[in-house]
Amino acid sequence: MIFIKLILTNLLRHRIRSFISIAGIAFSVAAMLTVVTVLQGAVGMFSGILSSDSQIIVFERNVSDLFFSSVPTAALNEIASWSIVEHADPVLFGIVSSEDHPIITCFGITASDARLRKATWITGDRSGFAQNPDGVVLGERAAEFLKAIPGNTVQIGHGTFQVIGTIKTANGFEDGGVFMPLASAQTFFHKEGSSSVITIKLRSKEDASLFKSKVKTSFPTLVALEDQEFTRTYSQFKILKATAWAVGGCGLLLGGLGVANTMIMSVFARIREIAILRVNGFSHTQIGTMIFGESAILAVLGAVAGLLLGTVFLYALKLIPALHGYVDVSIQPVVVLIVIVLALLTGIAGALYPAVYAMRVRAVEALRFE
Amino acid sequence: MTNSPSPLTIAAIVLQAEDVWKSYDDGAISVLQGVDFEAIQGETVALCGPSGCGKSTLLHLLGGLDEPDRGRLSVNRVELNRHRSPLRMLRHELGFVFQLHNLIPDLTLEENCLIPSVAAGLPRQVALSRLHELTERTGLSHRLKQRIQKLSGGERQRTALCRALMNKPRILLADEPTGSLDEKTSATVFDLLLDIVAKEGVTLVIATHDRALASRCDRLVEMHDGRIYEPESL
Repeated sequence: MIFIKLILTNLLRHRIRSFISIAGIAFSVAAMLTVVTVLQGAVGMFSGILSSDSQIIVFERNVSDLFFSSVPTAALNEIASWSIVEHADPVLFGIVSSEDHPIITCFGITASDARLRKATWITGDRSGFAQNPDGVVLGERAAEFLKAIPGNTVQIGHGTFQVIGTIKTANGFEDGGVFMPLASAQTFFHKEGSSSVITIKLRSKEDASLFKSKVKTSFPTLVALEDQEFTRTYSQFKILKATAWAVGGCGLLLGGLGVANTMIMSVFARIREIAILRVNGFSHTQIGTMIFGESAILAVLGAVAGLLLGTVFLYALKLIPALHGYVDVSIQPVVVLIVIVLALLTGIAGALYPAVYAMRVRAVEALRFE
Repeated sequence: MTNSPSPLTIAAIVLQAEDVWKSYDDGAISVLQGVDFEAIQGETVALCGPSGCGKSTLLHLLGGLDEPDRGRLSVNRVELNRHRSPLRMLRHELGFVFQLHNLIPDLTLEENCLIPSVAAGLPRQVALSRLHELTERTGLSHRLKQRIQKLSGGERQRTALCRALMNKPRILLADEPTGSLDEKTSATVFDLLLDIVAKEGVTLVIATHDRALASRCDRLVEMHDGRIYEPESL
C-alpha cells in the first residue's frame, strides 16, 4: 500500500504536469485509434465492394493496383461456364472527375450484379439499367453532391450521362460512386473487351481450391484469391495499414516524449526523496519499479482517455455528411489491445532514462541536496 | 587509535573500520586519514569534534552510504566493500537518524515510518505492530495519521527515530540528531534515544557537537582533522 501511495503521491503532487502527460498520451492514442480505424474501415469497405455476394476475386497477376488490372471478356465467359461457378460478375473500375469533385469512382457492371440486386433503390429500378447505354445509376451520396435526380443529365469526366436511378448501399465507396453499364464503361475508359476484376460466387465453398487451381492452369496471366486472402495480400491495403500504424506510431512517440519529460522532471525534483528511500533500505529495483509504476499509470490513464476520445472522434467523423459511409466506427478489439500495449510500452520507454538515473542516485550526495 | 580489545570484546564487535581513508575532489580534500574504529554490541558511542573533522563521513561510510578510498569496513563481521549494494544488505542491520529529519512531507507519520518495512518486505501486520510499539514509546501514537508538515520539530525527529528503528536494527547511526532542535526538545529527544537503544540493546554511534549530550554515552571518541584520538572512558 505504501509503495502504491508513494507512486500516487508523486503523481498527485504535480497534478498539472501529470495531467499534461496523460493528455499527451491520450491525444496520441486517440490519433492512432482514429487513423487506424478509419483506414481499416476504408480497407474493409473496399474489400466489401469486391466481395459483394462473392467469395473469390479474379484479377490480372502482378498488378500493383486493381485499376490497372485487365481481365479479358473471353476469360470471363469461360470461367462463368465452369460447373462449379454459380455466377461470375465482371466489374470495371474507373476514376473520373467532375466540377468540384476531383474523384468519382465509376463501376462498370452488368444488370445482374449483386450491387444492384442487393441495393435499396431510392428512385428508379434495376430493370432500366443497361437499356440505355448512357443511363447511369448514382449512389445516394453521389446523387447528393452531383445534385442529380432521375431524368437529369450529369457531366462525368468528358461524358454526359442520364441518371436513371439512385441507390443506397451499405458501403460508403459505392454510395459515392456511379454505376454504368459494363459496355458503356469499357468504351468510356477505353477498355473494350475487358474488365478490372471478376467476382466469383461458387456453388460450394469447398471448391475454392479447385477453382484457384483451374484459374492458374487455364489463365496464367490471372490470379484468383479468396476475399480474406486478397485483403491480406493486396499491396495497396498493406501500404494503407502500414501508413496508418506509422502515423499513429509517430503520434504515440510524441506522447512518449511527453512522459519522458515528465518523469525526468519528476526524478530530478525529488533526488533527496529518492535518497531517503535508499537510506531506508529501498533497493535499486524498488526505486526503478516506483518510477516505472508512475509512468505506467500515466500511460494506462492516457490510453483509456485516448480510447474514449478516439471513439468520440470517430463518431464525430461519421456524423460529417461528406464522410458519410466512409467512416466505419467498428473498433476492433485487436486494435484496442495493440494501442494499449503500445501506450504502455511508450510509457515504459519514456521512463527508462529517469528510472536508470533514479536507481543510480548516490544517497550520500543526494541527502546534501537542498 | 583504540585500546586493544579483549577476545570477548572482539566477539561482540558489530561495527569496525580499519585504516579507512576518504577524500573528495580527487584527493584534494582529505576527510578521513587512516581511521580505526570499533563499536561493540549494545554500547553507545559519541563521535565528537569540530565541523569538518570527518564525523559525518565516518558515519556515512559505516552505514554503507558512501565508499572509502581504501580501508576495510565491517558490519556484524560482514565486509561492506564486498557488497554491490551495501544499503540493501544493511536493511535489517542499520538504522539512520540525521540532523534534518529527512521525512517525506506528503506522507503521514505512519506511512513515513513504514517505509523501511516496505523496503524489507515485512508483512504489514508485523510492521504495524512494531510501529505501534515504537510510537507508544515515543509518545506519537496519537499523531499516526498526521502529515509531516503538521508535526513539530521534536515530533519530526521522534518520527525519524521510529522509522530508523522499524526493522529492529542492531545498530543505530545518528548524525547530529538533535542539531536542529532547541535545548529543551533536544534533551527530550536524546533521553528518548538513549532509553530506546538501551531497552532494545541497540548499538548507537552518534556524531554530535554537544559535549553534554556526548558525555551521557558509554564512550566518547574524539575526531580531529580526519583522525581518531584515544577515547575517554566515561
